[in-house]
Amino acid sequence: MLTKSQRPKYLNLFKIREPVMAVVSIFHRVSGVFLFLTIPFLIYWLALSVRSPEDFASASAYFASPWLKLIGLVLVWSLVHHFFTGIRYLLMDISIGENLPAARISAWLVFGIVAVVMVLVIGSMLL
Amino acid sequence: MTFRASGMRAWLLQRLSSVYMVVFIVAVLFWYAMSDAISYSVWRELLANPVIAVAVALFFSSLLIHAWIGMRDVLIDYMPIMVLRLILLLGIAVFLIAMGIWVAFILISVVKI
Repeated sequence: MLTKSQRPKYLNLFKIREPVMAVVSIFHRVSGVFLFLTIPFLIYWLALSVRSPEDFASASAYFASPWLKLIGLVLVWSLVHHFFTGIRYLLMDISIGENLPAARISAWLVFGIVAVVMVLVIGSMLL
Repeated sequence: MTFRASGMRAWLLQRLSSVYMVVFIVAVLFWYAMSDAISYSVWRELLANPVIAVAVALFFSSLLIHAWIGMRDVLIDYMPIMVLRLILLLGIAVFLIAMGIWVAFILISVVKI
């Protein structure tokens, strides 16, 4: 018989098999923190875009540079994931898809939607 | 206001701000898809419209409130050292208020009433 101190504690995240809803949830948080860090850049971009025609041009060109495209891709993923998982939570708040089987399906569905949107975004960047 | 009520208020504000941002983002994407290449003058004129400026101001208000509640929840869950948690919360609060003032200055400078 296991004593209290011998009981296994599966705190190693790589040993825990997380249900898909938990993965959606933690990605919602991670993407939220990324988006929080984006706030000053978004406002700087707004400031630049209204300052002068030259600054407007450089603000528009920001999305053309390959380095910012790469960072931008992470941020676009953050926004897309946070957006769709957020809508999933809002629907749950009004009692849509609250039970376990529905939550599992909607979690996979959200991952699918995010994947499709990201493929479209990357596709439009390559064109 | 009790702690319980403050949690309820945070929950509600998080939902209201998210609904507003969803509507705003969808509207912006539609506008972007419908319009041709956007020039500086078109952009300035758009933001000079008080209705648009207020809509943008509400978007940033929602964003900053949403970010505050979200970061607060993350810190309450993952930062057990109380002193560090309070310092980080204070830093985030000051940062978000500064961001709000910055946006207000930008919008006031472009809006034509």
